[in-house]
Amino acid sequence: METNYTISIYTENSVGLLNRVSAIFQRRHINIISITSSSSEIDDVSRFVIVVSMTEDAVKKVVGQIEKQVEVIKAFYHTDEETIFQESALYKVASNSLFEERHIQNIIKKSHANIVTVNTAFFVIEKTGFRHETEQLYEDLAPYGLMQFVRSGRISVTKSPMNIKALLNKLKD
Amino acid sequence: MIKKQNISGSEALIHCLLAEGVDLIYGYPGGAIMPFYDELYKFQDKLQHVLTRHEQGATHAAQGFARVSGKVGVCVATSGPGATNLVTGIADSMIDSTPMVCITGQVPSHLLGSDAFQETDIIGISTPVTKWNYQITDVKEIPEIMAKAFYIARSGRPGPVLVDITKNAQFDTSDFEYKPCNAVRSYKPTPELNPSDVDAAAAIIVSAKKPLIVWGQGVILGKAEDEFKTFVESSNIPAAWTILGVSALPTSHPLNVGMVGMHGNYGPNVLTNDCDVLIAIGMRFDDRVTGRLDSYAKQAKVIHLEIDPAEVNKNVKADVAVLGDVKQTLPMLTQKVASKPYTEWFDKFKAHDKIEFDEVINNDLNPTKEGLSMAEVLKEINRASNSDAVVVSDVGQHQMIACRYATFNHSKSNITSGGLGTMGFALPAALGAKMGAPEREVVAIIGDGGFQMTIQELGTIFQTQAAVKVVVLNNDFLGMVRQWQQLFFDKRYASTEMVNPDFVKIAEGYFIDAKRVTKRADLGKAVDEMMASDKPYFLEVCVEKEDNVFPMIPSGASVSEIRLS
Repeated sequence: METNYTISIYTENSVGLLNRVSAIFQRRHINIISITSSSSEIDDVSRFVIVVSMTEDAVKKVVGQIEKQVEVIKAFYHTDEETIFQESALYKVASNSLFEERHIQNIIKKSHANIVTVNTAFFVIEKTGFRHETEQLYEDLAPYGLMQFVRSGRISVTKSPMNIKALLNKLKD
Repeated sequence: MIKKQNISGSEALIHCLLAEGVDLIYGYPGGAIMPFYDELYKFQDKLQHVLTRHEQGATHAAQGFARVSGKVGVCVATSGPGATNLVTGIADSMIDSTPMVCITGQVPSHLLGSDAFQETDIIGISTPVTKWNYQITDVKEIPEIMAKAFYIARSGRPGPVLVDITKNAQFDTSDFEYKPCNAVRSYKPTPELNPSDVDAAAAIIVSAKKPLIVWGQGVILGKAEDEFKTFVESSNIPAAWTILGVSALPTSHPLNVGMVGMHGNYGPNVLTNDCDVLIAIGMRFDDRVTGRLDSYAKQAKVIHLEIDPAEVNKNVKADVAVLGDVKQTLPMLTQKVASKPYTEWFDKFKAHDKIEFDEVINNDLNPTKEGLSMAEVLKEINRASNSDAVVVSDVGQHQMIACRYATFNHSKSNITSGGLGTMGFALPAALGAKMGAPEREVVAIIGDGGFQMTIQELGTIFQTQAAVKVVVLNNDFLGMVRQWQQLFFDKRYASTEMVNPDFVKIAEGYFIDAKRVTKRADLGKAVDEMMASDKPYFLEVCVEKEDNVFPMIPSGASVSEIRLS
């Protein structure tokens, strides 16, 4: 059965590694639902968070093939229940609707969204949360005309420890 | 540690190669790699460069060299088309775990990404088929990256590494200091060995009644032939091989029960689905080995000795996986197992061998019809070489015949393109093999199709005078595809018949001694004459046009559904 898995990969910070990692999904004809790459809790170590929908058997094999890449330190896969995850979304709305539509102000308040910036032409709202929350806000704002909408890939931390620092210390020896 | 002051990147590259013990490289010059070639000119007494006639030839030659010597093969090409011509050989090395370092020139770094002349993104192109790759844009990076490249190529499960070097990095100068690489932080070449896995494996083996060993190239790559032989002999378990594993144990060894896989031997294939314990050693359960997976050794407990954790449970679920280098794990296992007679079990192999001999092998080796069989050519080569030759085969029917019938006394003797199935592999690989083991007889067995894919390397053989013996088994067909067309496509021979040139004349055009055999009566003498030559030699044997290779596991069938006709 296919389910969503969050694959977390700790890597060296090197050119071309994204290509190397994504090629592993490509050759198995797997569509990546979302991907983010950022710094991690360790200096000079990057962290990829990739969401895919696969069977557990397949995700295990993919993680094995990712982990054997030279510049990959460690790779894990987790179910939604095993992680704390969020996505961020930005909504750009014309300023006149903010001033003219009292509803919008209620929507923003109700959704616990933040207003990032306001000027005479437009304002930008930010909402971080689960997919259904950012989608709800999208639906609420859509009738007033969204000039732009964008949502980030999932970022997640795991409930169980990763112990990457210990692993790196061990590799150093 | 080697130190030099203020030298060019090109010279630095040469010192890196020398420091790694490289004295032979294959390649083809061109614009973006010219500074390196200029430096090579100055170092030609220390570093021999073999000019192949195509960059693909350079990769296969480097592979042949690596496979026969156990060292890292090195090849060089220029940017753009030079680099892309390496891709087939790199992919072949990747899937067959061959240690290779490829150096490509690249346009100057200020032109990267600008669609400059002969610019191609070889890092992007080669990423999925390299173990590691890196683009050097700064002369200072050269020693560290080259050391890392060799270390990664040869350690753990070996593989190809590509280093792309911009032209400016070859020209620029810098101080040079070379330190060999022994570790890369994020890279674990050999997984941690867990002794309790060895115990668990041993416990299963000890209680086995019908155990079967299937070994692969991991035994050779791990330089564990002795440890393997000791394990086989002290456990007295029948051992079958994959085509990349074959020569790790002599063909004549009483416990060697033959080849597994699509065209393997009858006994080991059928009995894979009869054994109670399957001990896989340094092999990866390729689909050509397993046939239909859901009916592969389902009755057996599977023990998998493997260096690459990603191979464990990839195709066949292991009841016990013993991760690690077989050179370490095999002796640990040997200590815990004891020899048992397995008399009835061996009798089963003998019974199956008899069936295969009567229905297939006898006809192959001693044909009664007029046309020559491929197998009888191998029989003559075995006789004339005393089973001491390195046999390099291409891809197709002749390859399966070569792997089935060639006999070997020594390890690293069967060189073929296994995983990728690269036609055109054998001729340049044989050249590399001869240069990697000059003291050994090297015989290339090639079909008329594959021969013409890299036929230009006859020029390299002529120029180097490497005493390779090239045997083309000519049936005027792309025989393996024709066989499938006959068996599975109602004999619709779509584009498999070849109208061939006069191969002997072509070889003679390269001033290589050449002969053609069409009759059985002339075969033995022609093979003797070829083997007696101390120069390159070309022998064309015109064989029966529409012979088939059997046994055969049709694709999608189980190993036990192997067909004898």
